[in-house]
Amino acid sequence: MRRVFFGTCLFLVAFLAAASCSDELRFYLRSEPKTFNPALVADDSSETVRYLTGGVLLRLNRQSQNLQPELAQAWTVSRDGRTITFTLRKNVRFSDGTPFSALDVKYTMEQLMDPALHSPTGDAFRSSSGRMIVTVLGPDKVAITFPAPVAGLAALFDQVAIVSSQSARHEMASLGPFYIAEHKPGSYVYLRRNPNYWKHDVSGRQLPYLDSIKLEIQSNRDIEFLRFTRNEIHLINSMDADYFDRLALSAPAKVRDAGPSLDSEQMWFNQVPTAPIPAYKREWFRSRSFRLAISSGISRDDLCKVVFKGHATPARGPVSPANKFWFNARLQPVPLDTKRALQLLEQDGFRLSSGKLYDRAGHPVEFSIVTNAGNRAREAMATMIQQDLRAAGITVNVVTLDFPSLIQRISKSFDYEAALLGLVNDELDPNAQMNVWLSSSEEHQWNPQQSAPATPWEAEIDQLMRAQASSMQDATRKKYYDRVQKIVADEAPFIYLVNKNALTGITPTVQGARPVPLRPQTFWNIEYLKLADERAGSGN
Amino acid sequence: MKAIRLAATVLIVVIAMASVLGSLLPVFDYARQDRERINAGVSAAHWLGTDDLGRDRLSRLLHGTQVSLLLAPAAAALSMLLALVIGAASGLIGGFAERSSKLIIDLFLSIPWLFLLLIVRAMLPLNTSPALSAVVTFLMLGALGWAAPARILQARASRLRHAPFILLARAAGISRCRLVFHHVLPNLRPVLLAQFWISVPVFILAEANLSLLGLGVAEPLPSLGSLLRELESALSLGSDVCRFAALMVLILVVSSLQIAVPQQEAC
Repeated sequence: MRRVFFGTCLFLVAFLAAASCSDELRFYLRSEPKTFNPALVADDSSETVRYLTGGVLLRLNRQSQNLQPELAQAWTVSRDGRTITFTLRKNVRFSDGTPFSALDVKYTMEQLMDPALHSPTGDAFRSSSGRMIVTVLGPDKVAITFPAPVAGLAALFDQVAIVSSQSARHEMASLGPFYIAEHKPGSYVYLRRNPNYWKHDVSGRQLPYLDSIKLEIQSNRDIEFLRFTRNEIHLINSMDADYFDRLALSAPAKVRDAGPSLDSEQMWFNQVPTAPIPAYKREWFRSRSFRLAISSGISRDDLCKVVFKGHATPARGPVSPANKFWFNARLQPVPLDTKRALQLLEQDGFRLSSGKLYDRAGHPVEFSIVTNAGNRAREAMATMIQQDLRAAGITVNVVTLDFPSLIQRISKSFDYEAALLGLVNDELDPNAQMNVWLSSSEEHQWNPQQSAPATPWEAEIDQLMRAQASSMQDATRKKYYDRVQKIVADEAPFIYLVNKNALTGITPTVQGARPVPLRPQTFWNIEYLKLADERAGSGN
Repeated sequence: MKAIRLAATVLIVVIAMASVLGSLLPVFDYARQDRERINAGVSAAHWLGTDDLGRDRLSRLLHGTQVSLLLAPAAAALSMLLALVIGAASGLIGGFAERSSKLIIDLFLSIPWLFLLLIVRAMLPLNTSPALSAVVTFLMLGALGWAAPARILQARASRLRHAPFILLARAAGISRCRLVFHHVLPNLRPVLLAQFWISVPVFILAEANLSLLGLGVAEPLPSLGSLLRELESALSLGSDVCRFAALMVLILVVSSLQIAVPQQEAC
């Protein structure tokens, strides 16, 4: 009896040891994924699950920023930019064993473009009204024709996870490196290695190396940080500068600064003609000299140094240097130059008297900057701008508002003077920013939904954005978009402040991680990530 | 008990004087950012170091205490005035006035005050100076915090209405004004004072709550609430200098309650 007992104990110990040694990567999702249907993904957490489980025809390599073949071995885009033809990989199976074919691509695209589904991923393909036609040219060849040319068409397929047309598990059958094995709402999503994943490494070993991923749902960043320091989770995809610096002191091997991200922080003035603000202030905000003076009066270097502890870069314009192809390298960041700011203001009739700035009519120059409450970085930036502009005799009132009230003011009532917010950029292609630059758009923040462009330079931006969207030549598109960036820098409708760096946390037990500024920063090459023996890395 | 109350009173007076006198001294401007010395430790130049924007912590603590200590009692006074007018008056009148005011008080008590504060704050004009924003924040707290003391005052006033000495005074033909000022108010005073001293720390903490959400007194003016924000992340828990604001809030809250408790017991 005693032998049986000890035998059972030994078996249990061995089993638990084996279980603890299995390669399970753990990290946090900051919110509950809203959907597991890849066509309906609109939030970060769902996007993470889609990235880890979805098989795509083409993948944007987050490091080289070039497209690489995945489920499609080859692809061609027609000269008119309307049709893309894919040659598919053979002998590929979904995680549940159902075979992958051109019919699945047809099924996925038709689902995606179904107007009743309201797919955010499908919206990117809708350049005009009319029907998309998917032609199955064989079991491994498919052509997709759109009613109008779609600029940057191939890159859009990075977001299209192929769904099985035959599997009973529908979108839960995966072609990506992992599949969803378990989901406990509010607690975690458990992903297991896809046994049918098609990719192999150079030595012929089937990928991914990891057995499973546990995505725990936790919105509290303090808890995430503390558990990361205790090696209970392996990755932090995006970290605040304070946390990063703290870790850099105590465990430098755990943190990596991947350089400027695509995200930017910017401020803008309300130029809406019907906004309930005094007419003289509207005149200031519409003045190019005023906007440029404010831009010159702000120390971007100090914002980077103080607020982001050096982990940020002074912004040059709408495109971050992280965006290798579309960034206009000829633009330079605006340096702090209070003297130039005052000269520009004098050109517009402003005058400095006893340390206070007055406009032509004698109104003291005072305005408020609204930003979202609870965002310490933005509040600190606004407070620093307040001090910087005081040197030019300008009084700035910093107003923090809860997010719904802020959105109400900047997009509905327009009852604000200046706003300080950030732009989270996920995509490299300028088409993703069409909604920001077209003067008729709702997202044209400084003066949205214009029936006709209010200024000649906004008309030129409209024209250039439409021209780049309809051109199929990347060089031509780049020329147009460079000009847009130059106009934005010259006219300063948005005063770009900083591009935050992509700060990541990776425990040394994770091997093969090469963090990049693009999302998902730490696990973009998830198939190649390995876990070393955790006990070996626990000392870090 | 009397000794503790005396000690609490002395402590509050000392803190108030230190904050007023200290903020008058030509040390550092609470708003001045020394961007070369952010998060600096304790030094001869900065006795409590500097914050994350390079501002002198001592100067901000003194000014923050001054702001909270001046405005929280003012908000409490406003609150007591409203409680007296609505609660005590309806309790004395009785009948329909008492029933309807009870309903209004219950309604106010059932509203989640934090959400109400957020809504009211979002409606405030944007171009208010930091000092005015501090006054407005505390006025708002005072204007919304009257319901709980009004309930207690109403009950007390209602009891007084039927008290023999009040009935006697009425029978003797005393004027209404004299009745209120000579007989009712002196009897309500202990409740009123207790409620006042309870409200002071409540308003200090309410402002701290708002500031923790980033919705309190506007930058660059400090308040105890905005100083407490430095403690909101796990990172700052190890920092000793950040704890002075927390200590100050603790002293003020405990001292105010020590003053309030004996008065409440006297009621």
